[in-house]
Amino acid sequence: MYAFDIERPTTIADAVAALKSDEAQPLSGGQTLIPTLKSRLAAPSKLVSLSSISEMVGLSDEGGVLRIGGATKHDTVAKEAGGSHPGLAGLAGKIGDPAVRHRGTIGGSIANNDPAACYPAAALAHGATIVTDRREIAADDFFTGMFDTALEEGEIVTAVKFPRPEASNYQKFEQPASRFAMVGVFVAKFADGVRVAVTGASEDGVFRWTEGEEALSANFSPDALDGLSVSAEGMITDLHGSADYRAHLVKVMTKRAVAAAR
Amino acid sequence: MPKDTGIGASTRRREDVRFLKGKGEYTDDISTRDLAHAAFARSTVAHGLIKSIDTAAAEAMPGVLAVFTGQDFADVGGNPAGWLINSRDGTPMKEPKRPVLAHRKVRHVGDAYAAVIAETKQQAMDAVEAIEIDIEELPAIVDVKAALSGDNFVHDEIETNQCFDWGWIEDNRQATDEAIKNAHHVTTLELVNNRLVPNAMEPRSSIGAYKESGDEYTLHTTSQNPHLTRLLISAFVMGIPENKLTVIAPDVGGGFGSKIYHYGEEALVLAAAKRTGRTVKWTADRSESFLTDAHGRDHVTKIELATDADGKFLAFRTETYANVGAYLSNFATATPTFLHGTLMAGNYTVPNVYVNVKAVFTNTAPVDAYRGAGRPEATYSLERVIDKCARELGMDPIELRRKNFVKPDMYPFTSAAGLEYDSGNYDALMDKMLEVCDRDGFEARRKVSEAKGMLRGFGVNAYIEACGIAPSNLVGQLGSRVGLYDAATVRVNATGNLAVMVGAHSHGQGHETVFPQVVGEMLGIDPSTIEIVHGDTSKIPFGMGTYGSRSLAVCGSAVVRATDKIIAKAKKIAAHMLEASDSDIELKDGNFTVSGTDKSVSFGEVALKAYIPHEFPLEDIEPGLEETAFYDPANFTYPSGAYCCEVEVDPETGKVRVDRFAAVDDFGNVMNPMIVTGQVHGGLGQGIGQALLEGCRYDEDGQLLSATYMDYTMPRADDLPFFTVDHSQGTACTHNPLGVKGCGEAGAIGSPPTIVNAVIDALQSGGKNVTHIDMPLTPHVVWSAMNNA
Repeated sequence: MYAFDIERPTTIADAVAALKSDEAQPLSGGQTLIPTLKSRLAAPSKLVSLSSISEMVGLSDEGGVLRIGGATKHDTVAKEAGGSHPGLAGLAGKIGDPAVRHRGTIGGSIANNDPAACYPAAALAHGATIVTDRREIAADDFFTGMFDTALEEGEIVTAVKFPRPEASNYQKFEQPASRFAMVGVFVAKFADGVRVAVTGASEDGVFRWTEGEEALSANFSPDALDGLSVSAEGMITDLHGSADYRAHLVKVMTKRAVAAAR
Repeated sequence: MPKDTGIGASTRRREDVRFLKGKGEYTDDISTRDLAHAAFARSTVAHGLIKSIDTAAAEAMPGVLAVFTGQDFADVGGNPAGWLINSRDGTPMKEPKRPVLAHRKVRHVGDAYAAVIAETKQQAMDAVEAIEIDIEELPAIVDVKAALSGDNFVHDEIETNQCFDWGWIEDNRQATDEAIKNAHHVTTLELVNNRLVPNAMEPRSSIGAYKESGDEYTLHTTSQNPHLTRLLISAFVMGIPENKLTVIAPDVGGGFGSKIYHYGEEALVLAAAKRTGRTVKWTADRSESFLTDAHGRDHVTKIELATDADGKFLAFRTETYANVGAYLSNFATATPTFLHGTLMAGNYTVPNVYVNVKAVFTNTAPVDAYRGAGRPEATYSLERVIDKCARELGMDPIELRRKNFVKPDMYPFTSAAGLEYDSGNYDALMDKMLEVCDRDGFEARRKVSEAKGMLRGFGVNAYIEACGIAPSNLVGQLGSRVGLYDAATVRVNATGNLAVMVGAHSHGQGHETVFPQVVGEMLGIDPSTIEIVHGDTSKIPFGMGTYGSRSLAVCGSAVVRATDKIIAKAKKIAAHMLEASDSDIELKDGNFTVSGTDKSVSFGEVALKAYIPHEFPLEDIEPGLEETAFYDPANFTYPSGAYCCEVEVDPETGKVRVDRFAAVDDFGNVMNPMIVTGQVHGGLGQGIGQALLEGCRYDEDGQLLSATYMDYTMPRADDLPFFTVDHSQGTACTHNPLGVKGCGEAGAIGSPPTIVNAVIDALQSGGKNVTHIDMPLTPHVVWSAMNNA
């Protein structure tokens, strides 16, 4: 680790101001950033911690839409979101281990957009709205590629708004070493159709399996996917699995998510 | 009734109190007022010529005290291999120098070519980044077979990448070839024994100190054998006289073999202490551990098993390419040879065995002994080919093994690979295993699994290993450059409590609990009055340390012999006190009694008399009560076992779940059943890790792909089932005083083939024609095998 300064603003406005200085970087749980710093792979001059900003913490109901503050920890979502969003709560409860879930935040996860992270699949499958310090962005427009988002320099995720699905579930097939998603599939059923978001599998990061969505919108049943296959093109090949394997798992995990959805 | 003290009692581990409270003292916990810190510059390329190194900028950095490069050690000795292997043609193995710091050439990613000593660790790391090195990168040598052709060499001076080409037993070669040629059936299997990273919880750490007044050095270090480390530094690497060097291995957080060896960092902190006049500490970070701890296994093997029509084994023949990495680590040449080839007859009466091992240098981290060391590789090859043979012959795999087992009336039994097994009962182990694993219920469980869409398989394995290394005479004939005895000093203090100084080193084995159980039982006193001292060469006699499941069988025997001497002398003192002949003195329950009388003195009274020798027969007996014994075993010990497991395979994903695992071992007599069970659990965890999870992988450029826990899969608790462990079928070792065999490695030796055999059984039950899969059996690997079948 290299030396750096740290600021702990208590308001969103102060955080945004602090992030204007050169080489400043937000710290929101640090479950990716801190190991990166420890390995001397990054050298920000200043970290701006978002965890003391009370207006960014907690869950609230906004007319049937679940709003989760960007600095809300995974454990809180796991414990409090289950009533309206059981798939989302189940996902949060299986991120990492207890230590990770008591540090990592939803805003940090979504802003980092790790191609194997779980939360991007939830946001995309729900058609969530990403709220930042300056605007609102639809999930469909937010995730723009591996470790890449629509966020501008110094823009922070202050909240994520999740519409309530009729049924939802997340199935994660873990990469054996990291236990990140090798393939994670979030299925969410809404009155106007089904959304299927896949994480872990693609070189472009989280994506929607639209063919699966169409089939499931017509018939929300695992059997509806029987004739379909997922192309391996653009899928990740690494030590833990080939592109073919990941493509295969997308369908397997989608079926399991549909079967488990409630 | 289980005993509650002494030999055979499941005494709780006294050392756990400090470990569980975080009160252990590990090397990195030690600090001094004059402490400085070392950091290493390590190669990022696998193979390259060092054209130049410029340390000027680094030396000018804040806090920097000294910078070392390979040039500083060009004139000191190399770190030697402890075992001389001769090739089949009689030529000695190739032994290129292993320097303290790489000089002129780097040979693997992580190879250290410079070191900085600075006031703080941060300053040392910053200065390392300021060292400028110009490296002409060379093609990396990674594949063991490809390494043997062409003219690209890891060590140019030996003009080959082959360290040796060893045959065992060369005189058996022709008979083995004949037996295979004429056999009714030959089963052939090509396999890889996957490379592993040892992953001790505590990374390596060393602190060098130098006292100018006496020209004395002290090294605190993470070692399994401080005396061996001192010997290597003194006699080979730095030439420091042994009486001027103290090596202390305090609490050590796991070794699994990787902390047997002397590493260059230990020499560096000593040299740095002398040059800077400061105490110098280095502690590896986890990345350095991955890149530089000696790795384990890494064999590519072809094995053939010849049988007659009834399934009688006629011959085993193997050809193995053993990767030794970029440099020879201290045991690297013994591990694939005498710890591997000699076990290639297994538990079987097979008349012909021939083993060929080619050891190969590559641009990867050095490879050496890792929990089991050679014996897991032998067991895996044997027990996989036997299972394949059973399928080909249409025989039950258990019956095929039984048909070929050495039987209890055959001991001592000389195996076709040249070892003399002293005791065992492999059928009894198999019987007990079938009982405890509920083999009869398997078919019903398989149906339940199938109803869930899962495939269930049953896998079995029998193993034998050689522990308690080793008879010095025998290993000397086989090329060992050291003796492999151990030593103990028993010091009875004046008030009757004891300190026992042992050559073995405890880094998870529970010596501080078990050795007092033994001594306490022998003397009839409370074990809690006995303290074990280990790990400090200035305090302990010259013993060879802990590895190869040897501590109890070898050092424990020395403890027994030293305690025997204490008893003999104490009897003389008691006889004097009781005015009797020492031949009439009996020791029972801590009292010395004149037999047939009620005249008696306690152990404590005798101890006091030894140190306050008033009215003492000084002409016959010296004052004091302290004895040392060195014990050199007559033979190896031969633990054996029968293991089985059941796995469920998800045919949609290839994921394997171990549902149950039974390990029935013959460890001879058991001193502390709880600790033995714990050792088996740990071994099983590592063995199942090898079978299902752990794969150390380099790419073709020699970059370590599995260099962090994000990509190297350590077993977690939820990867493992509850284990059924039984050691009720022990047959006592016939040649050491406690009748013990050793239990530390068994689990890691017996479990990998058990798991793979079970997975193959599961896949075959699902109609998949899969006969072998190389470890680790990750979901992707299993799924691919199913879909290519």
